[in-house]
Amino acid sequence: MAQYLFLTLAALSILAALGMVFSRNPVHSVLFLIFTFFCIAGQYILLNAQFLAVVHIIVYAGAIMVLFLFVLMLLNLNKDTEPQKSTIWRITAGIASGMLLVTLVGALRGGIQVSIPENTNDQVGLVENLGKVLFTDFVVPFEIAGILFLAAMVGAVLVGKRDLKA
Amino acid sequence: MLETIRTIPIDYYVYLSTILFVIGVFGVLTRRNAIVVLMCVELMLNAVNLLLAAFSTYLSDAQGQIMVFFIMVVAAAEAAVGLGILVMIYRNTKSTDISLLDNLRN
Repeated sequence: MAQYLFLTLAALSILAALGMVFSRNPVHSVLFLIFTFFCIAGQYILLNAQFLAVVHIIVYAGAIMVLFLFVLMLLNLNKDTEPQKSTIWRITAGIASGMLLVTLVGALRGGIQVSIPENTNDQVGLVENLGKVLFTDFVVPFEIAGILFLAAMVGAVLVGKRDLKA
Repeated sequence: MLETIRTIPIDYYVYLSTILFVIGVFGVLTRRNAIVVLMCVELMLNAVNLLLAAFSTYLSDAQGQIMVFFIMVVAAAEAAVGLGILVMIYRNTKSTDISLLDNLRN
């Protein structure tokens, strides 16, 4: 059962990712990417990382992709006006990424040498456990992430302002 | 023990993440619309997130999933600043075509 679910979700996510790369209309690209994100959220649920799945949907599908769509509509790019790169460039890019794929798969083909413990704890991805780890072992990175967010917010506002004198 | 861990080898997750990452790289190399390039970067980040979560579950170690949260934070910050820069570029060049951005070359 888990295996079929995994294979279905994997095939769907790969197809949607290819659709994102190959569709001419940027809005279709955004929608394909949202579908890919939902498939990845399904994988998280399959891994019993439920809190991660919920946060993933809220942050990516709910915030980041809406931001992308918003900018796309704001700049009025929702039509097939994108100029294409030349065929030779596309072939080169295909060869380059294909080589990357071959290299990575070749490096990993001998099997991943990890020893999975006999009694794994299934509760590791639940919010109780994650919250405990996040607010004890990772308190300092958590606060630094907050500062990073603040800096990003200030930076985005500053970049987006029309003239800084006003 | 979780059914996923018993029936699916961890290699499957490694290969799935590799394929998604390579699709992202291909998109970055071929597309000319800067928004779609940013989206391909998000796809690559997500491939890494999936791998971290898979290893975290298989080894029952919560640290991998905590790392995924931090990557999400960085991705959100990156998207906000990146799209801000993009709007600025559009204001100056009336286009989001990245091949126009070669001012540093001459």
